[in-house]
Amino acid sequence: MSRPRRLWLLPVSIIAALLLGLLPLPPLVQPLRPYWLALVVAFWVIEDPDRAGLGFAFLMGLLGDLAFGGILGEQALRLTVMAFILQRFRSQVRFFPMAQQALVMGALLFNDRVVSAAVHLMLDEPQLPWSYWWAPLLGMVLWAPLFVLLDALRIGRRKS
Amino acid sequence: MPAYTSPTPPRTGDVAGTLRLLTYLALAVALLVLDHRGGWLTRIRAQANVAVQPLWWLAGLPARLGDSVRDDAVTRSMLAEDNRRLRNALLVSGARQARLQVAAAENARLRGLLGAAERGGLDVQLAPILDIDLDPTRQRLILDAGSRDGVRQGQSVIDAGGLVGQIIEVTPTTATVLLLTDPDHAVPVLVGRNGVRLVAYGKGRSDELELPNIPLSADVKVGDAIITSGLGGRFPPGFPVGTIDSLRPDDSRAFLLGALKPAARLDRGRDVLLLQQSREPGLGIGDSEQPQPQSGDEPANAAGKAGVPAPATRSSQSPIPNPQSRPPQEAQP
Repeated sequence: MSRPRRLWLLPVSIIAALLLGLLPLPPLVQPLRPYWLALVVAFWVIEDPDRAGLGFAFLMGLLGDLAFGGILGEQALRLTVMAFILQRFRSQVRFFPMAQQALVMGALLFNDRVVSAAVHLMLDEPQLPWSYWWAPLLGMVLWAPLFVLLDALRIGRRKS
Repeated sequence: MPAYTSPTPPRTGDVAGTLRLLTYLALAVALLVLDHRGGWLTRIRAQANVAVQPLWWLAGLPARLGDSVRDDAVTRSMLAEDNRRLRNALLVSGARQARLQVAAAENARLRGLLGAAERGGLDVQLAPILDIDLDPTRQRLILDAGSRDGVRQGQSVIDAGGLVGQIIEVTPTTATVLLLTDPDHAVPVLVGRNGVRLVAYGKGRSDELELPNIPLSADVKVGDAIITSGLGGRFPPGFPVGTIDSLRPDDSRAFLLGALKPAARLDRGRDVLLLQQSREPGLGIGDSEQPQPQSGDEPANAAGKAGVPAPATRSSQSPIPNPQSRPPQEAQP
């Protein structure tokens, strides 16, 4: 009974992340926009490894590429790399205290920026302005509330 | 390996995981290269874009709601102020248009004398911008109008300031605009003052265009207005592209490299105009929404010819401004 009830949370969280990524922001705040899709994908890779693996990250990346109008495959590559690293250290990361987990997420998001910059360099595309490198910090700060919220929604579903 | 060192899964799992990673990475890189080089992937992409349209619509909703709330919440004094400002602007542009119409009529007469082909009026369609933030490294816009509203691929997009870009993708309800500033974009231009022909390239920044390979001998100065030249046939001639911000010698020291400030407001706006492309527009005049009161000085022989602005209707499809579509007051002599 609990299993089908929980199924809606995954697509809903992904759609919410995509919407948050598309929402128009004032130009000043725009560089600080956290990579919501990566945060949500990371949550599912940590919490539900049966359903969310490399393939899941890859597909969500493709969806993000389509939604954000980027080069097809860029986010797929970035999210696959992130999911792989997370999978490797999943057993440790799961039992980290929240602050440490947030640090790990910050490092992963920073690494993601590096991967993205490398992809752009490879394809001779324009690089993001330097102000966009602050976004991983905000993502790190937002990891704890997001994790708690998604986890509460999940657990809440399971109990009812 | 001793069991207590780490809780990692056994070796075989590691290898399988790495293999899967490599597979997905290879797939992603293949997609990247294919998409970057264009080709058959663009068609698949256009199909897939239809699927994300609801998402775009939903993401654009808050901005639309915000706009409508703001429109509803304005006070009477603000409305009066707006009204006064717009009335002034209308007067000014009306006067300007009357002057331009005389010039256009004269132009048509001279062209007639020369036997040159006449040009049609400016036939435009208003399209709202879907206010969402796309990938910041790519200079694109999504319009809230698609093939159902008569938008076609390749149409030029302008705003009140000048050229904005061109339509590169059309789905039934949305269209993607490639902005002038995209690094993939180039537009043939000329210097308005002396007709030196150049090509303006995008740089990936919304406030700057690049104007490479300006001959040292060419008379190009900072502050020159740059307009489209119409060469190549993609863009109609005579639309402002920008003004030259700075000039410096390029790496070879044989040419100048110009920085161009775009004339159009590329960063934010609510609407753009799409040019109907089947016929080249004439002077950049007459994109007004309603008939002007002062056109009594319109010479009779120019009626129905160049310079008569077709009314800017939302879905005007007629390629040639036919007599029926002219503003009513031009029926009188």
